[in-house]
Amino acid sequence: MKDWRYWLAEQRGTLLAFGIFIVMFTIYTSNHPAGFTANVVQTASNKGVLLAFVAMAQTLVVITAGIDLSVGMIFLLTNCLASWLVIGTGIETAFGVVAVLGTGLLCGAINGAIVIYGRLQPIVTTIATGAVYFGIALLLRPFPGGSVNEDLADALTGRLFGVVPASLVALLAVVLVVWVPFSRSVLGRAAYAAGSSEMAAYMSGVPIRRGKFAAYALAGLLAAIGGLFLTFFTYTGEAAYASGNAYTLFSIAAVVLGGVSLFGGKGSAIGAIFGALAFRTIGDLLFVFDFDPLWQPLFQGVILLIAVSLGAFALFRVRNRLEWFL
Amino acid sequence: MDGAVPLFRMEGISKRYGGVRALEKAELSVTPGSIHAILGENGAGKSTLIKVMAGVVAPDEGRMMLDGSEVTFASPAAANQAGIVCIFQELSLVPELSVSDNIVISDPPKRFGMIDRKAQRRIAEEALARAGAADIHPLALVKDLPLSRRQMVEIAKALARKPRILILDEATSALTAADVAKIFGVLKRLRSEGLALLYISHRMNEIAELADQCTVFRNGRNVASYAAGSKSDNEVVELMIGREYSHIFPPKPVRAPATAALVLEARKLSWTDRLDNISLSVGAGEVVGLGGLDGQGQRELLLAFFGVLRGLSGQILIDGKPVAIASPAKARGDRIGMALIPEDRKTEGLMLPMTVRENLSFATLDRLSRAGIIDRAAEQRLIDDMVALLAIKTAGLDIPVGALSGGNQQKVVIAKWLMRQPRIILLNDPTRGIDVGTKQELYQLMRKLADQGAAILFYSTDYDELIGCCDRVLVLYDGAVKRELVGAEITERALIASALNIHGEETPARGMAKTPARGADA
Repeated sequence: MKDWRYWLAEQRGTLLAFGIFIVMFTIYTSNHPAGFTANVVQTASNKGVLLAFVAMAQTLVVITAGIDLSVGMIFLLTNCLASWLVIGTGIETAFGVVAVLGTGLLCGAINGAIVIYGRLQPIVTTIATGAVYFGIALLLRPFPGGSVNEDLADALTGRLFGVVPASLVALLAVVLVVWVPFSRSVLGRAAYAAGSSEMAAYMSGVPIRRGKFAAYALAGLLAAIGGLFLTFFTYTGEAAYASGNAYTLFSIAAVVLGGVSLFGGKGSAIGAIFGALAFRTIGDLLFVFDFDPLWQPLFQGVILLIAVSLGAFALFRVRNRLEWFL
Repeated sequence: MDGAVPLFRMEGISKRYGGVRALEKAELSVTPGSIHAILGENGAGKSTLIKVMAGVVAPDEGRMMLDGSEVTFASPAAANQAGIVCIFQELSLVPELSVSDNIVISDPPKRFGMIDRKAQRRIAEEALARAGAADIHPLALVKDLPLSRRQMVEIAKALARKPRILILDEATSALTAADVAKIFGVLKRLRSEGLALLYISHRMNEIAELADQCTVFRNGRNVASYAAGSKSDNEVVELMIGREYSHIFPPKPVRAPATAALVLEARKLSWTDRLDNISLSVGAGEVVGLGGLDGQGQRELLLAFFGVLRGLSGQILIDGKPVAIASPAKARGDRIGMALIPEDRKTEGLMLPMTVRENLSFATLDRLSRAGIIDRAAEQRLIDDMVALLAIKTAGLDIPVGALSGGNQQKVVIAKWLMRQPRIILLNDPTRGIDVGTKQELYQLMRKLADQGAAILFYSTDYDELIGCCDRVLVLYDGAVKRELVGAEITERALIASALNIHGEETPARGMAKTPARGADA
């Protein structure tokens, strides 16, 4: 077999998510009254990148065969924090951004430390830490409010050269600065190996713990980048419980749509990004076809169900029924 | 060998798991430029020995010397650093990663802090070529490769780590004959390059072809070391046996063979590459043993009867009539009346956090309930009977079953199935890890059930048990029945010889035909 075939097989989940997104987005823009304009793309991009950042965060943890139910809450906490700190002169703003990102990194590192060194299950750990993060967010912003450096916010949510959405460029930059190095580093490979077969990885002398820890910590960082962008879009901080939970659950949906295996060891954040963008487009599609917004949750559910079912076909090939339970 | 300086030496190594002694003051010396074979039957301590060498298990006592100075290994990575690389029986490959990812996994080549994929590819191709497996594409995912190819990747991975001591634990068990030949060429070349190789195999013909030096293990001790070729196969088998019979077995009934009605029959059962054309029959009142080395298809055979395997070819007959057993639920149903005592009671037999009572009645709930409601009184009566019959020692029926001792846990598993009064009982190594007293009770029980008319198929890795309990023993090798031993033919010598697939007592040491490792591996 040729090299490109292996590459294709490896990227199948990502390409599928990309395809789904392109089809949905094409349908959306061709039915939009304004059509495929810079404005429409910018709006869609700004809506989409938030979930894309949170989905990237979720991907890192899911690759290690874990799950992070606190990503939505880190997203809220950093939003509330940013509404206090990312303001003032250039230096002050820069300091604020660093503090917000550092907080996200710390939240992720705490998750990782508890899961890896405390040996607790990821699901329980992150429910608990998520509640703590939300509690802190609530203390920071009991009521919606605050403000943000609007010059920076407008620059990052506007358009570059009048056509390219700046938020999309930021997303690309994060992929290049965070995801690509991680996925090609020894720690990234350790995270994949631990997710696929922790025992084999251990027997091979792979730094499993450091790899998993890096995955959790970077997940916190990515969720914080999402929180920062939320502040740029809304100019305020708000500890909205329902919104945090929705982001957590949608991030899992996006990850699955993006071809990342919940069993760990397989998938890419790029796929999850397209999964997130596709998931967001479902709502937009309902809008252009004049459906009642009440239909949105139902449609999102159906699309997700179909996507997940596709992944279950492998079970039909199992020949020893005990393998169903592994 | 006295003249050669040992590269690596183990002295007085002991290791216990709970009450079980896996290694007892074991010694081993490894010299560079030689292939050292380790022999011994199941549970002789070979696996523990190499796990200690490879840093997977820490010994309780004893010391290891590398190049004359003492070393300890905290992890497999530490052993790798010291140049000791082990190819384990259970594959240590990460399934979702590619072949080249796996080959360099312990120490990937780096460039600017990231993994250098070009260098990785080059290393992988080199290692695959050295292992004689250049046909494997470095970008293929390990999970998509058949077992024999994975084994080759495993060997390539070991070579990429530039070992000084290479340990192969049953490394050829999954290989095709052509691959075995290639690997032998590779191993001989490595020997001439000055590597020390430890070779663990049950295949006597492989050892005869490869080894320079042999060490036999028994009951956790090295009982003999000799230059390869200086002992006949029979002498080697003698060295491997030699345990005292410590268990008391109930007397076997004297009965004319094949008078009993056949309850369970298999005709030409095959499944993937694990079961190969197996035909057998078990009559009412008969205890039929499954022997052979561990992992020759015995478990799969029991699972096949119990409706767990899909894509099974061949026929299963109950009372002489062909049946299709599609699931364990069907197998245990009244029409078939089968029970399987699984190998791993903790995962397949019991729900550990649930109570003794709940665990006992799981398999019988359908009979104990009406319209979905459990008849507590009937349940209690049946449970009382079973606790008395098996003498289960428990502080109460409502404590978690996980709190019982191993022997009593196993009794619960057996009682759970006896509550259904099965006609066919399949036992998968049921005495593993339980105390001698309970073992003895189980032997008595097995015979009692047979006398009451049950047909029993009994797989054990303990040869004494097969000798003491069974009316007949079928010895499996590579998924096929290689030999049937009846009555007085069931001796330790015959069991071991046929398990190793060497034929008869009179066979001279070198005279064996070379057995192909496996016909055709998919």
